[in-house]
Amino acid sequence: MTQMNMVSAINDALRFEMQNDDRVVVMGEDVGKLGGVFRVTAGLQKEFGEERVIDTPLSETGIIGTAIGMAMGGLRPVPEIQFGDFIYPAVDQLINEAAKYRYRSGGEFTCPMVVRVPVGGGIKGGHYHSQSPETIFVHTAGLKVVCPSNPYDAKGLMLASIRDNDPVLFFEPKRVYRALKMDVPEGEYTVELSRAKVVREGEHVTLVAWGAMLLEAIAAAEEVKEQGVEAEVIDLRTLWPMDTETVVQSVKKTGRLVIVHEAAKACGLGAEMVAQICETAFTHLQAPPRRVTGWDTPFPYTLENEYLPLAHRIVPALLETARF
Amino acid sequence: MNVLVKPGSIPPNAPSRKLFSVLDDNGQADPETDPKLELALVRRMYEAMMRNRLLDVRLMKLQRQGRIGFHVGSEGEEAAIIASAAALREQDWIFPCYREIGAALYRNFPLQSYMDNMFGNVNDLAKGRQMPDHVTARQAHFTSITAPIGTQITQAAGFAWAAKIKHQDVVTASYFGDGATSSNDFHAGMNFAGVFQLPTLFLLRNNGWAISIPSEHQSRSRTYADKGLAYGVPGVRVDGNDALAVYAITREAVQRAASGGGPTLIELCTYRAGPHSSSDDPNAYREAMDSEEAQKRDPVKRLRRHLERLQCWSEAEQLAFEERVNAEINVCVEKAEAAAPPSIASMFEEVFEHMPPHLAQQQAQCVDGPRTRKRH
Ligand SMILES: Cc1ncc(C[n+]2csc(CCOP(=O)(O)OP(=O)(O)O)c2C)c(N)n1
Ligand SMILES: [Mg+2]
Repeated sequence: MTQMNMVSAINDALRFEMQNDDRVVVMGEDVGKLGGVFRVTAGLQKEFGEERVIDTPLSETGIIGTAIGMAMGGLRPVPEIQFGDFIYPAVDQLINEAAKYRYRSGGEFTCPMVVRVPVGGGIKGGHYHSQSPETIFVHTAGLKVVCPSNPYDAKGLMLASIRDNDPVLFFEPKRVYRALKMDVPEGEYTVELSRAKVVREGEHVTLVAWGAMLLEAIAAAEEVKEQGVEAEVIDLRTLWPMDTETVVQSVKKTGRLVIVHEAAKACGLGAEMVAQICETAFTHLQAPPRRVTGWDTPFPYTLENEYLPLAHRIVPALLETARF
Repeated sequence: MNVLVKPGSIPPNAPSRKLFSVLDDNGQADPETDPKLELALVRRMYEAMMRNRLLDVRLMKLQRQGRIGFHVGSEGEEAAIIASAAALREQDWIFPCYREIGAALYRNFPLQSYMDNMFGNVNDLAKGRQMPDHVTARQAHFTSITAPIGTQITQAAGFAWAAKIKHQDVVTASYFGDGATSSNDFHAGMNFAGVFQLPTLFLLRNNGWAISIPSEHQSRSRTYADKGLAYGVPGVRVDGNDALAVYAITREAVQRAASGGGPTLIELCTYRAGPHSSSDDPNAYREAMDSEEAQKRDPVKRLRRHLERLQCWSEAEQLAFEERVNAEINVCVEKAEAAAPPSIASMFEEVFEHMPPHLAQQQAQCVDGPRTRKRH
């Protein structure tokens, strides 16, 4: 066991899998010599050379399009999009190509790759360094979307994602990158995709979150405990395909559901989850499901802590839902 | 500003490898290429470049002190930015990337407005919605700065197209870096401007780096100006640390565009002397430039040597100027720092022209809702 933050845990996962599987290549803007603007790929080019850790020109469509080609050609590329906000030039390749190769070719072609995408706010990045674009990719059939909340899961999910045979978007919450350290096993282990985790048990209300907002959810759960409300906190971990079953089991127990996400409210992943819970566990609900989310505005700079669904906004939603 | 520059420095559509220059390292002008500008204009450019330099020093300090969140400077690129802006006419429009605030300031964008943006306060024209250095300056014919690389390039072509369709005498100029030449928008913008012969200038600041990626690694073109060939857009290379050369070439391109001659790609060969931004540490990927080389290349010092040669600037004037500008900066910083953050209600405004009901509802929820203890 070593103490790692999320940056070092993902770095460790990449290093392990590059040693273990020489099909794995890392590519993107500034990922080589610099080791990435967040240093997630630090030291990899030195260890594995410029052919496997590639500094690319400044073109997201170039990065993703060639990664798809590499994957079809037998490699396991792990391209980085420097900030989630800059993924849009590559959206054609992701949505029209990566997501549909398997389906449209009757299974003849696949493109297994892991697109690493630093996402989210809380770092004073304004609207071009703070977005959480998961819904676009969840809505696109054929892409898996992962978002860890802590270093242990980040490493295990990364190894599972690289070994998965479908394209995976791996969302890394920037706010968590260096926010906490924990024991992370050296060497190999995986965290299964599409498995949510109950990280705190409680009987009064189910609280679902992921990524950076999981920490806020836990803080809110601790706060309402003092007022006699026990929240069961679920870390979704893989956003799509979603582990609805774990949420359903919890809601059957608590009868109440609050979902937290940074992304805007309209058509956010919370909307899908509420719909699924209503469809499958309606008779167990004792209160209307609630969403605590980013507002339906672009992500602001100065007022980012008013935009984000931080603990101070989660607490009243938990209390009102529990006491409904 | 009615300076005529003799045409003929921009080659026809052929590979352009010659570097157009006027000033040597000592500030001596080459009589062959000297645009012979009015001295008042040269002084104005120099003062704007020097002011930009002083601002960068101060803003980086404020960032290090944690008083502003971010700064992206233009140290070493002042001539490329300011002399090109100076060569545009008042009615022309600038579509900047994030490193050209100096161009807006040259056009009298108030320093106080810039500082309000740096602090994201209630007086910021962008209402604290954008990161520092992402100003919006319509009054200076300078569009709102965006972070996504390259997107302004096609827009500048479109704005020029509108002017052409409306028979208005307007030229646009997009600024962008060497890294941006790899973007979709560079290709599309050059192609559209070529096909429709749009009155637009592509001002490519080749500063040697795109964060950690050296410009040789960004493209295999022999020169960046060569890229014009593929689109039928004349390309020209200019010593971007030579304010007079930058002015002369930009002016010629403006005149050509304004008289129906179409677009020009101008490669401004310069050097990013500082870090990419306050978030960057260049020691991780590049050797420090030796200081003699840096001095030689320094565009501000070079233009100062030129003015001094012409007895148009002195040490005493320099000191007085620095003192005046630093005092002006101090006043603006003090005011900007003391100003309140934007109102919470304003976060919901201007998403649309008229606020739809769902946003009005969210606005009320947010304004009346629980407050974070975190400070803005
Ligand atoms: C589409 C997009 N991808 C990535 C980034 C992150 N990024 C910001 S600046 C930069 C380098 C830009 O280099 P260049 O175009 O040469 O301009 P310079 O900073 O050197 O002036 C990168 C990769 C971005 N802003 N937009
Ligand atoms: Mg550059």
